Amino acid sequence: MSKITSLADLIKRREEIEKGTGTLNATNPENIVQVKVAMATCGIASGAKTIMEFFSEQLERRNVAAVVTQTGCMGYCYAEPTIEVKLPREEPVVFGFVDLKRADQIIEKYIKAGELVDGIIPVNYQTIDLKA
Amino acid sequence: MSKYSMHLLVCGGTSCHASESDAIVCSLRDELEANGLMDSVQVILTGCFGFCEKGPIVKVMPDNTIYVKVKPEDAQTIVEEHVIKGRKVTRLLFKDPVTREPVSDSMHMGFFKKQLRVVLRNCGFINPENIDEYIARDGYQALGKVLTEMTPEEVIKEVKDSGQRGRGGAGFSTGLKWELARKNQSDEKYVVCNADEGDPGAFMDRSVLEGDPHSVLEAMAICGYSIGAANGLIYIRAEYPLAIERLKIAINQAREYGLLGNNIFGTGFSFDIILRFGAGAFVCGEETALIHSMEGLRGEPTVKPPFPAEAGYRNKPTNVNNVETFAAIPAIILKGAQWFSSIGTEKSKGTKVFALAGKINNVGLIEVPMGTTLREVIFEIGGGIRNGKKFKGIQTGGPSGGCLSEKHLDTPIDFDNLIAAGSIMGSGAMIVLDEDDCMVSMAKFFLEFTVEESCGKCAPCRIGNKRLHELLGQICDGKGILADLDRLKNMSLVIKDTSLCGLGQTSPNPVLSMLDNYYDEYVAHVTDKKCPAGQCRSLMEYVINPDNCVGCTACARVCPVNAITGERKEVHLINPAICIKCGACIEKCKFDAIFIR
Repeated sequence: MSKITSLADLIKRREEIEKGTGTLNATNPENIVQVKVAMATCGIASGAKTIMEFFSEQLERRNVAAVVTQTGCMGYCYAEPTIEVKLPREEPVVFGFVDLKRADQIIEKYIKAGELVDGIIPVNYQTIDLKA
Repeated sequence: MSKYSMHLLVCGGTSCHASESDAIVCSLRDELEANGLMDSVQVILTGCFGFCEKGPIVKVMPDNTIYVKVKPEDAQTIVEEHVIKGRKVTRLLFKDPVTREPVSDSMHMGFFKKQLRVVLRNCGFINPENIDEYIARDGYQALGKVLTEMTPEEVIKEVKDSGQRGRGGAGFSTGLKWELARKNQSDEKYVVCNADEGDPGAFMDRSVLEGDPHSVLEAMAICGYSIGAANGLIYIRAEYPLAIERLKIAINQAREYGLLGNNIFGTGFSFDIILRFGAGAFVCGEETALIHSMEGLRGEPTVKPPFPAEAGYRNKPTNVNNVETFAAIPAIILKGAQWFSSIGTEKSKGTKVFALAGKINNVGLIEVPMGTTLREVIFEIGGGIRNGKKFKGIQTGGPSGGCLSEKHLDTPIDFDNLIAAGSIMGSGAMIVLDEDDCMVSMAKFFLEFTVEESCGKCAPCRIGNKRLHELLGQICDGKGILADLDRLKNMSLVIKDTSLCGLGQTSPNPVLSMLDNYYDEYVAHVTDKKCPAGQCRSLMEYVINPDNCVGCTACARVCPVNAITGERKEVHLINPAICIKCGACIEKCKFDAIFIR
């Protein structure tokens, strides 16, 4: 990767990433399922690694075009492991208490058919937009 | 693509669950069934909405309508009116507390969301090991803005105007701290990030470093530019291997991109960051002790002044800030001081991250505007006390803080209010206690921690805390006298007044606040020799209720010290002189005949 040598460079880089020429990010891909697994120490301790491996393997095996990435703490310690799934053109949905059984349900019901499954954690916070 | 055109989300959070969310799910399904809608509308049980006061909550998707205080009987109306006819049920909508108007759309229910994520803006959203994801969320824009558009003085003014106070515990103005470090002339200066998070129950710094390491790196570079430093150090405890790993990755990526190193953004400003590992001593969270530890010396505090801003690391001007303090800086720069200072209370601006732990339903990491009340944190966001028990107290600020009781529930949380209530903000650990917790044992528990962690340099902390701990132990053992309570208080005050550093100056806080708020419980321990919460073993007595005992001998057989006597089919007796209060007999008894007195 080339160095960023000016502020203009940084802004250009951000635009590239947003357009999807860079690595995958929540803001870009239109036609791909995104799964984020909360992988802080506490998430990993409660089994997030197994869940992440399951999604990586099974989504490929079941022919779902998806990208599985790790992220940090989502804040729902009581519901670990937690994952966020973003279907194309949909708002992201967070699922808690994801064990292998629920992970399987999430793939079969939510990802493949768009049906919600139990264990959704509603968004209970406001975010800030740095651009504003 | 879904076969369902509508979803009804029923809050299955513990608090709503207690108030019949299962019954609501059943009656909604029954109503849908009755109307032949089972194939097009789906009912789902969700986690907590964080709005428990108005629970149970039902959310209708896709139109985002939120119904509050729903009862199973309301299912019919919701299905007939909303689902079938598409008319919202006004009487179940939330009324705006100000305008009294019903609000139908959760998108416009900002007040419904108690949390505001500033520090945690990227945590759980980006891959912390990929700098591009940080950049996509405006990462390093603040550094770019500072380097190209602002003078160091302007940056410091902005931070000062924002009103941000250090999140490490003491709440000193961040901008002022930077200004002091800038004013001290030197050939070399240092920026230090204090990531020596040591409070039991605190994990906000770890979460930020594991979830959004670049925000800290960016802020440290901004600080470096402001105070005139080219070197940054992160002091992090070796017990945080994942945070260390992700920091290393982040630093390397930032260097590769040229966002750390020489001539950043072509402006001639150079800044680099290295890691320093601590061995996990609590006292090293104190800035002078931290600096000594980084220098390879014993982790012991020294008297201030000189402050680190004058003579810190390697005797050079040094600015030490906490992880959370840094993580908010890029947002302050991009959104402005005015935006930040519009959040919070008069003297405590912005938001604060808290680690909610203890006997609470939604254990978690939360971020709320300063001024949010403890009640909102515990009963709304936290979902209330576990197992329907009664709230007893909340220890804020870890072992350096105090325990606040029910009467403080409506106190808006900020630096000054917490101090006035006898506690401190501290790093932001919140441990919730319920009716089963004994306040003498809790004080003893926290003292045990400070006794362990006292560096031993000054006598009040080294000896005083030890004596406090002993006294508390005696009280728990039923060997205390009423005069001990005064001794506890006096000794605590002396330790606070005479200790060298923050550790000793705050370590008696749990004792003082608990004495203050739960005095009767302490008196019960010393005069009645009783522990009202039933926690202090020495003060318990296991007794057999002769009305329930059938003489099955099960308890006598399981007793490891043969303290139970009695003939078969006759009432048994526990000899308190022999009984070790292990509780084995209670577990074995099928007739509820044994109880604790």
